[in-house]
Amino acid sequence: MTAATETGHPNVLAKAVREGIFAGVISFFMFLLFVGVETYQDINNALVWRTRWGLLAIFVLVAAVSRFLTVGFIKPHIDRRKLAKAKSGVLEISEQKNFFHRHFLKIALIFLLVYPFLSLLIVGKQGSLKYVDNFGIQILIYVMLAWGLNIVVGLAGLLDLGYVAFYAVGAYSYALLSSYFGLSFWLLLPMSGVLAALWGIILGFPVLRLRGDYLAIVTLAFGEIIRLVLINWTDVTKGTFGISGIAKASFFGIWSFDTGSANSFVKAWGLSASSVYYKIFLFYIILALCMLTAYVTIRLRRMPIGRAWEALREDEIACRSLGINTVTTKLTAFATGAMFGGIAGSFFATRQGFVSPESFVFLESAVILAIVVLGGMGSLTGIAIAAVVMVGGTEVLREMSFLKAVFGPDFTPELYRMLLFGLAMIIVMLFKPRGFVGSREPTAFLKERRAVSGSFTKEGHG
Amino acid sequence: MEYFIQQLINGLTLGSIYGLVAIGYTMVYGIIGMINFAHGDIFMLGGFAALIVFLIATSFFAGIPVALLLLLMLLVGMLMTGLWNWTIERVAYRPLRGSFRLAPLITAIGMSIVLSNFIQVTQGPRNKPIPPMVTDVFHIGGITISLKQVLIVIITAVLLFAFWYIVNKTPLGRAQRATEQDRKMAALLGVDVDRTISITFIMGAALAAVAGGMYLMYYGVASFNDGFIPGVKAFTAAVLGGIGSLPGAVLGGLLIGLIESLWSAYFSIAYKDVATFAILAFVLIFKPTGILGRPEVEKV
Repeated sequence: MTAATETGHPNVLAKAVREGIFAGVISFFMFLLFVGVETYQDINNALVWRTRWGLLAIFVLVAAVSRFLTVGFIKPHIDRRKLAKAKSGVLEISEQKNFFHRHFLKIALIFLLVYPFLSLLIVGKQGSLKYVDNFGIQILIYVMLAWGLNIVVGLAGLLDLGYVAFYAVGAYSYALLSSYFGLSFWLLLPMSGVLAALWGIILGFPVLRLRGDYLAIVTLAFGEIIRLVLINWTDVTKGTFGISGIAKASFFGIWSFDTGSANSFVKAWGLSASSVYYKIFLFYIILALCMLTAYVTIRLRRMPIGRAWEALREDEIACRSLGINTVTTKLTAFATGAMFGGIAGSFFATRQGFVSPESFVFLESAVILAIVVLGGMGSLTGIAIAAVVMVGGTEVLREMSFLKAVFGPDFTPELYRMLLFGLAMIIVMLFKPRGFVGSREPTAFLKERRAVSGSFTKEGHG
Repeated sequence: MEYFIQQLINGLTLGSIYGLVAIGYTMVYGIIGMINFAHGDIFMLGGFAALIVFLIATSFFAGIPVALLLLLMLLVGMLMTGLWNWTIERVAYRPLRGSFRLAPLITAIGMSIVLSNFIQVTQGPRNKPIPPMVTDVFHIGGITISLKQVLIVIITAVLLFAFWYIVNKTPLGRAQRATEQDRKMAALLGVDVDRTISITFIMGAALAAVAGGMYLMYYGVASFNDGFIPGVKAFTAAVLGGIGSLPGAVLGGLLIGLIESLWSAYFSIAYKDVATFAILAFVLIFKPTGILGRPEVEKV
């Protein structure tokens, strides 16, 4: 045991070389057709092919070398660290926390509050558009969605793969009601939440009997049905063309953000015309909505219904035998989660000014679920971190134009966004199956609140 | 009546393809209890392997007989996807065995995203059309049956027989059934569980590859996002037939194919996928065990 785990020991190195060559051979055959051969259409539109040996060689080399390094160096290193930790007998959770750790939430909140002005100061009006909109608002939308889904998956343990349906319901509620009836954003924001919650109950009711994976598939089916209806019900939803020209949110009805209108925000404050004010305003709205979601989640967890959710997640049969009404417990979880999804949806509609079924594909549900799971289900901080890493990371990738200089002008980083996202999902799961934040703060405790390892809670078993 | 029979034949063809993919879902679910979300993309990968083999073979040997070409396409596809699925299981699913339930599902979803985007990046996002391979058609009364439909049904039937034989009559199949019933006990009795699971993944992928190759032959086009919708439909088929049951998967596949083609013929093409998904929901709500599935015993 001890001799074999030493780095640089001939046995380990020989094994690493063997495994590396094996991985190289395997990956050679795996990528032979898909990477080694490129299919494209020639001038006559006929499909032809050419070889790409160089690219294939790179793929094979990367596979072989990374396998060699994993077996030869990384794995022995991790094993040694684990062994040392086990010997010292110190548990990770009981470690003393430093200042940053203890005040992380306050620091993060203050940073978010000053973030738009900070970016305005540093990169100016035009430059900060990107940072406020693409990074700030985009990430916060996902934080809100993931926190909403967290109520269903993380707290109640009901695996929902069709969460994006409620997002769609919220977005279309706002888009349709505001363009057909001219209702205002501030009226429709809660209304679309209520409508989405209603849909949550409607869709939740028939699936009450299902558990685990079956529930996942039915919710996936519901999500797809809603999307297909949005595509095909062209009289109302305009099908794949989507609804454009959705009204902007106003400053609580006092000032408008439309440049032409009489009570425009810019004119009232004597500022030069720029869309950045609207974006900053939207940033604070979504930040407030996120805080609302977090607040409601934290409060609900301490209420009987929240306790019932967590009990349901741990053991449904025990839950039922203790007299908890599982029907209402599940339905409230669905409805609450859906409500936040719907509110986020109506915010999304007003921010984009355009909605189409394209935005509500299954992939979005998968991304939201991935954020919840990667963050460590049930942990709000972890989920927020996961959203920043995953969504922010893919946005950063979009910005990396210097990669074009490295890989040639044909290189489009956007194409690799989802590829890397998927890879990140797999890699994080493999190394941290309990998510970024693996410990839980218990809601009920005796004398002293002590964090427990995520391994003690059961999730997604509903 | 003739129209009805025509639709029946079309549905049967489509159903055979779904059935083959559904077997992969149902076997993996039966043996390790996870929904292999990436299976639909394995099906797509099989289609692409067949497409590339088709291009290479036709450019080197212009007059290659169609039967040989088809055999080559399907065989290479089977080997290719078998290798892929073996690697995927090794890399993404095996380390998480024994972890909490959601973990392998998440990596499977991640794998599905990776596979479809990998093909999009390496082969381009456009649809890939190929010239028609099999063009013969038979006219019987007012009904038209194309040779490719006959081929699809025959190949499916042959594969199903081979598969049934492997699962029911060979030591490998016995090991698979034992692992499915009780993994720990099977391991104690000398079944190499890891190897059995790997082989199950390879077998499922091979069937999906054949389905993918035939899908390409039938529609004459391949695309990187072909995996998702057929994948979900095949999963629906597996659930409809009773997940874990092999005859159930085939039966479910045929039913889904029939429902889809009859729905498109008599109601509306636009809502054919809605019909499939609605059936999935209804089956799960009213009879979660499916048509041929064993009832699940609720244990405390």
